[in-house]
Formats: sequence, structure tokens, C-alpha cells
Amino acid sequence: MNTNTADIKDLLAQHNLTEDEFKKIVDILGREPNLTELGMFSVMWSEHCSYKSSRVHLKKLPTTGPRVVQGPGENAGAVDIGDGLCVVFKMESHNHPSFIEPYQGAATGVGGILRDVFTMGARPIALLDSLRFGSLDSAKNRHLMRGVVAGIAGYGNCMGVPTVGGEVRFDDIYSLNPLVNAFCLGVAHKDKIFLGTAAGVGNPVIYFGSKTGRDGIHGATMASDAFDDDSDQKRPTVQVGDPFQEKLLLEACLELMANDLLVGIQDMGAAGLTSSSCEMASRAGNGMELDLTHVPRREPGMTPYELMLSESQERMLMVAQAGKEEECIRICRKWDLDVAVVGKVTSDGLLRVIDQGRVVAEIPAKSLADDGPRYERPYSPPPYQEMLTNLNYDSMPDVKDANAALLSVLASPTIASKRWVYEQYDHMVRTNTLVRPGSDAAVVRIKGTNKAVAMTVDCNGRYCLLHPYEGTRLAVAEAARNLVCSGAEPIGLTDCLNFGNPERPDIMWQFVLAIEGLKDACEHFQIPIVSGNVSFYNETNGLSIYPTPMLGMVGLIDKAEQAMTQWFRHDEDAIILLGKTRDDLGGSEYLKVMQHREQGSPPLLNLETEKALQDFVLTVIREGLVESAHDCSDGGLAVALAECCVSGPDVRRGAVVKLELGALRRDALLFGESSSRVILSMRPDTVEALLSRAADAGIPAGRIGTVGGDRFIIDVAKGRLNEGCRIDLPIDRVWDRWAHALEEQLRHE
Amino acid sequence: MNIGVIVFPGSNCDHDCEHVFKDVLAQNVTMVWHKEKSLVGLDGVILPGGFSYGDYLRTGAIARFSPVMSAIKEFAKSGGLVMGVCNGFQILLEAGLLPGAMLRNRSLHFVCKDVHVRVENAATPFTGACKPGQVLKIPIAHAEGNYYTDPVMLAGLQANAQIVFRYCTPDGRVTLEANPNGSLDNIAGIRSAEGNVLGMMPHPERSAEELMGNEDGRLIFTSMLESLRNRPLKMVGA
Repeated sequence: MNTNTADIKDLLAQHNLTEDEFKKIVDILGREPNLTELGMFSVMWSEHCSYKSSRVHLKKLPTTGPRVVQGPGENAGAVDIGDGLCVVFKMESHNHPSFIEPYQGAATGVGGILRDVFTMGARPIALLDSLRFGSLDSAKNRHLMRGVVAGIAGYGNCMGVPTVGGEVRFDDIYSLNPLVNAFCLGVAHKDKIFLGTAAGVGNPVIYFGSKTGRDGIHGATMASDAFDDDSDQKRPTVQVGDPFQEKLLLEACLELMANDLLVGIQDMGAAGLTSSSCEMASRAGNGMELDLTHVPRREPGMTPYELMLSESQERMLMVAQAGKEEECIRICRKWDLDVAVVGKVTSDGLLRVIDQGRVVAEIPAKSLADDGPRYERPYSPPPYQEMLTNLNYDSMPDVKDANAALLSVLASPTIASKRWVYEQYDHMVRTNTLVRPGSDAAVVRIKGTNKAVAMTVDCNGRYCLLHPYEGTRLAVAEAARNLVCSGAEPIGLTDCLNFGNPERPDIMWQFVLAIEGLKDACEHFQIPIVSGNVSFYNETNGLSIYPTPMLGMVGLIDKAEQAMTQWFRHDEDAIILLGKTRDDLGGSEYLKVMQHREQGSPPLLNLETEKALQDFVLTVIREGLVESAHDCSDGGLAVALAECCVSGPDVRRGAVVKLELGALRRDALLFGESSSRVILSMRPDTVEALLSRAADAGIPAGRIGTVGGDRFIIDVAKGRLNEGCRIDLPIDRVWDRWAHALEEQLRHE
Repeated sequence: MNIGVIVFPGSNCDHDCEHVFKDVLAQNVTMVWHKEKSLVGLDGVILPGGFSYGDYLRTGAIARFSPVMSAIKEFAKSGGLVMGVCNGFQILLEAGLLPGAMLRNRSLHFVCKDVHVRVENAATPFTGACKPGQVLKIPIAHAEGNYYTDPVMLAGLQANAQIVFRYCTPDGRVTLEANPNGSLDNIAGIRSAEGNVLGMMPHPERSAEELMGNEDGRLIFTSMLESLRNRPLKMVGA
């Protein structure tokens, strides 16, 4: 580049590259890059694509296991479920675009994760979403939430892939950085997994899908930067989704794959044509020649820079077997897709880009894809950390009006029913959904087998703020517990790690501790992490989100009819509490709602205790002893019991419960979020057998009440230190508050 | 029986309909690509749900121009059984095989949930296995299910018993609250004047198996198969 130093500085700033990184590029090329090459390096070496701040830590995570068919590094991970099948899944963030343009940002997030899964040869059968918004008191946040939900619905519904579950949480910290994490799971034949590899020198490279336009240029770079007040100006970097095109692309891909035509395939996601071409070439140790002259385009006059960096959606790159080009083209045309042979696999390891007969870029593919910078960024706890965990319980009055407290916590949008959200998603298409949204985990059957898979997405960002290591371990434990309560054995995990700016030592400290927690918990439960995504720079004007390492966990149910739900099913059934309740108010929803504090230490977690509990619950569900099982977490015991009563699809049931206070505070007993607890319901005649088995297994267990009646009653007798209290409400009132709170808060104008 | 399931670009309940007929009811199923021009050999035809052509312009508005639509019109004219579910219903309206039009849901949202419908006419080829007035629980999933027509046409539909299903409460009362989308007269499904074409918004294929916890929708399919078995010979083929 014939540019002076000032211009280069300017260019580097525009491309979010450092001077050291620029020097490295010059070393690799043996010359200065031209503008197209600089653009290509900038997207591939962005945080989003290169994982430059996270890679050294991600390496610590457990990624292997007897069921793992494909671990991290491909478009998605794959886990064996028997019968010659595997499930292919991944979760990915689309946070930055969703803040700038909520509908399209969320829609294209769904589109991207779907492509990651069907690129592997799997037909997607389920979507879940994990969302974080600021308080619904603000019109902007309501607008963001409505837009994101409509965008997810618009894309997923049209694709005919059911959105079967997810979670939504609210905290003001997400006001300027909402989180949109989309999870997708598909099913593939174990021996027919397709990878993104450009093997076979001379094989043709074929572009298919939508035409390339000017949208989304530098999307990956935008997603690797913090926001400021001018973020609205970044709107042109958000792509526009077309789910109809994607549906055609899906069917065309699966037809291509069924016909033994392909060598490798990859979708053009972040960094578009650049990433798909160099990553496929690099994985095979080959090079690739691309002739841009043949790339289908939406408008004339696009430069090589724009073509290589465009993030137009619904596009794919495949490497076909030589001689099978015509058959590939025929299938793409059948589905009305644009298709063109745009290049070939070469042996020289270079990604060579040609436009109108002229070489416009020539870069070693491996350097772009894999040799990006690696940073061991410094980390240290923030000075305020101790202040967060220090919580003096004695200074807080115990709950007096337990009825009012319960209704307030149930009305918190984090706790309240998400019906307003999931009714906008087609959660039944493909007729596999055995457990619909609203239970601990979603369950879909696998047609052609007797099996079903359960899926959940979980993370309590507040716990992770208070203690990133403990918070992440708790998230793993809760996700596994949700699966187990649905009758499933956890078999694999995908992560989507949302954090602030990694250049800040306190944020990096959160990240490093979270990875440690994830590693320790997954190793203990023997759950492999098979895919993942890191989203840094979730920060606006220097204010960062809570560390939010979102987890998507998948479990297997051998007999689909054993899928379990959380709601009480018969009057007169006995209510059993498994696990021990402690003074665990730290970081609880109750403290936030009633005391406006997000403080304290998150609940204690002992991995051995948790594992023993989960093994026990899974066994008794499989033996058919249990009528319902519900994980006791957000909002504590009182909220979990209320959910068991009111969350069922057809009827709501009352309950009469008696609890021992012991040495606890009333609020800790009712609303504390002690981990490793599960509420079961069962026919009264099997209670004795269950309790004795629990005693044998060393699991604290007791009958705490009975299902039935039209009131929700929890009687707390006087304890050793404190007076007792009583919750006594008509069950319809409990239901009304829980069922309608979210809708009412969204209706504010 | 040999049941044809039409596949438009963007159909997404085609596999679900195939599954019910093939795996649950043990019938032959032929997936019919929208560019086909003949339906020879088929006993009945299903237009499945989905987003044909992305539902761009207007739901079903582009699909009606697919080559297969002329064959479907011929098939219907000769008395063949044609059933459109959700987007299939919308296409039948756009193609003029059924009267009326669809507006956006009153809520302006897509809505997916179980609803109850009352069988208003149990003497159709699609409801013979139901009792008159029987309440069925069947899921809906649509953004444009708000059925509309002019008063004269509505009176005609009512007079000719062309309204086959109406949204109702679980105990069978047709009320405003039971109407999930604002449709005129709580209409959930109608038949053609001749009776051999049915359009319905709810998805019976989603409630046709014990494992799914609800088999009410299966009655629609078993009714259809039963009337095909009992049909006069002249109706075979189209």
C-alpha cells in the first residue's frame, strides 16, 4: 500500500487491527497487504473469528468422551445417540446486531445457527434461545424484546424448525447490551457427517444460495468492538435475513448430501466468503483459488473488498467431487438457488482471489484461518469484588408478609411465565415436541427410534458476577439437573460465553474463572463440550454486562415415553423435597426483588452431592416411581412449588405444604436458592419405598405436603431462632400473577 | 390408499403429514413437487402447512400460480378429496377453491397453541368419524388465520353447512374468548359447496398420536380414509 504512516494508522483503526498485528501481516506476506488483503486479515483476526483472547483458555475444556463424534473446531459438535444416529448442536451469540436492529439481528442469529447445523449434514429439529434484556420499565427495552422475539419467530417459524424452549432473564445491566444466544440441534447419520474441508486438489469450489450484496460488511469486526453512543450508525453492518431462501438452502443441502457429490461444505457466516474459503482450505492443508467474476451478486460495481467481506445471509460454499459439478448445479437450480463454480482447490496453500483476470489477493490460507494473534491477556479481580460478596444478613429484616413476597417474586419477569414469548414461536412443527416450553427442559422425540432428546439453556449471570467460578459451576449443575428432571441423561454441552471487554483485566479475570468452573464441573459430571462460541466486548460506554457463560446442554432419553414434566399431575399425590435447604439468599431473585440487592455469595455447590442427587432422580424416574420432577432454583422453594401447581398445560392444582424452619431465616427457607434440590410428586403408596431408597443413597429427602385443593398453602412452623409464617393464597391468584405478569409489563406504553 | 402431499418451496409441514399417513395410518404417500402437472394415481391430496414462497406478498398468493394448482383444480372438480391445512387452507382460498380470505391475526402476532374446535358438520368426508358437536383439541400455528368474507357469502356458508369447525371453549361454547385470531363467526375450517374440498387452520397432524398426548386430530384423517374406502367407483383417479 502506497500510504504514509498517518494513513496506515487510520486504516488500522478502521479495521480494528493493532500495529503489531499489522507487522505480523507484513511478515507473513513478505510485503504490505493491499486493501482487500487488509480487510480479509481484519475479519479473520477479529476477536469474533480468531478467538485471540480466549483460545489459550478454551484449550483447558474437556472435549472428549465415548459419545463424542465431532468436537469443537467444526461448524457444530456431534454426539452419538445410538441407532447409527448422532445429534449435532451448537449455540451462538448475535448480541451486537440485535441491539442495533433487534428483528433482523435476532432473525439472522437463528439463520446462522441453523446453517451451522445443517452444513454438517444434520436436519435441524429444534431451536432454543437464551435472551437477556434490561428492565421492562424502559420503552427501549420493551422495543428490543418485542423485536428480538418477533425476529426469532419470523425466521424459525418460516424454516419449519420448532423453537421448543429457552430462557429469558432481565437485569438492567443488559439494557445497552442485550444478549441473543441461539441454540440449534439436528439429527444426522453418524457415518454421514459433512465437514468444512477443501480436500482433493483440482476439485471444484461451488458457491450457492443467495446473491452477494453489500450488507453486513465488517459484521465480525463490529461484533468485536464495544459500543458507544454512536452505535446506531453501525446499522448497515447488520445483515438482513431471508428465511425462505434458507429453507430452500436447507433442502438443497440435504439433497446434495444424500447424493454423494460433496467433499466438504461450509456456510458463509461471519466474514463470509473469506472465512469459508480459507478455513476449508486450511483444514485440508490445501490452497484455494477463487474467481470473483463468477460470484452471483445483487448489484453491479462491487469491489473485491466488498465481495470478500460481505456477510449477506443464506450462502454456502461447497467443494464437490470433480466431475459432479453438473449434478450439484442441477439440484441447486431445482431449489431456485443461485449457483456458480467459483474456483478450485489448489496445492500451494494459498488463498488466491482473482477478479477480471487479475490477482487481487494472495494470502496463505492457514495464516488467515489459524495463525491469528494469540493473547494471554492479564487478569486480576476487580477491587469491588469483595464488596459484592459481603452481605450482612443481620442488617436485613426477615420476610413478614410471605403472601405478598411470593406474589412479588412470581411477578418478576425473570420468574413469570414466558407464554407471551413462546406462543409466538411455532414449537410443535415436525411433530416431535413431547415436552413443550414451560417445563425444566424441552423434549423432542427422534422419529424412527424409541428415543428422545432433552435440551436446556441455562446461566444465572448474577451468580457469575458474584463469583465467576462458582456461578459457572452452578450453571452446569442446574442445566444437568433440568435434564435429569426431564428423565434424560446429560450427554453433551455447547457454550456461548458472553463477556465484556477482554482487554480489561477484571473482565479477563471473570472469563478465566468461568472457564475453570466450566472445566471442573464438566469433568466431574463427565459431560463433554463439543462446540462453542465466545462473545466479548458486550460493553457500552465502559459498562460491561454480567459475565454470562450461557450453556446449552443435551440429554438422552432411551424410552421416549419416560419423558418427565415439572407440574403436579394428580390431586392427592405426595410432594417430596430432595436435598438440603441452607441460608442461601446470596444472589437470589428474592433479594433483588424485595431488597433491591444483587449481593452475597451464590449458593454453595458440592459436586459430589449434586451428582448423587441427579443419579438418584434419574433412576427413580426411569423406574416409573415419579409423577413429576422440578428443579428448585430461581426464586427458591416457594416459587418452585408454585410453578409445580400452575405451570401445567390444562389445569392448575392447589397444594398444602408444611416446612420445618430449623435454624433458618423464613426468607431463606422460602426463597433461598440452595442448589442440589428437586421437588418430586408421586402416588402416596410409593412414598415409603422412595424415602428409604433416598436414605440408602444418602440423599436428604422428606414428604413436605400433598397436591390438591384450590389454595396454595405453605405452613412454616416456629423454628429454633425465628417465628414461623404462612403462605395461603387461592391457587387462581397465584396462577394469575405468574401467568400474566410478563404480558402486563410489556403492555406499558 | 395413495395420498399425495404437495410440496411447495417453503412447505414445512409436508413431512408431518407424510408421517401421519405413512407411519401412523399405514397408507402410501406420494410427495408431489409443485411443478408436477398430473395427480394420476392419487386417492386424496393434502396441501400442507408452511410458508410457501416465504408467504411473501400475501400468504398463498404466489403458490396459487404453481403448475400443480391446475391439476389440483381438475382433481377437485372431478370430486377428488382435497384438504388444505393452515398455509394449505390459505392457498385454497387464494386459488378460489374455497371462498373468503385470510387477514392477519387480531393480535398481529404469530400464535402457536392448543385450541378447541367444535365439529359443526359431521357429515363431510373429513369429519365422518366425529360426532356432531364434538369438541376436538388441535393445535394452531399461524399469523394469518383471521378468516374473513362478506355478509352474503357468510350467510351462504352458514346456510349450506359449509362451516365445518368453529373455535370454542373446552366445553364446546363458541365464544369471543375462544377465538384465537379474530376470525369471522369463529370459523376454523370450511368446506366447498360440493363438500370435497376442506380448508382448516388447526393442524390435525400435530395431534394424531398417543405419544404426543393427543389423538383428536387423527379423526380427520381416519374420516378421510373411510370416505375414500366407501366412495363410488367413478371417483377413482382424476
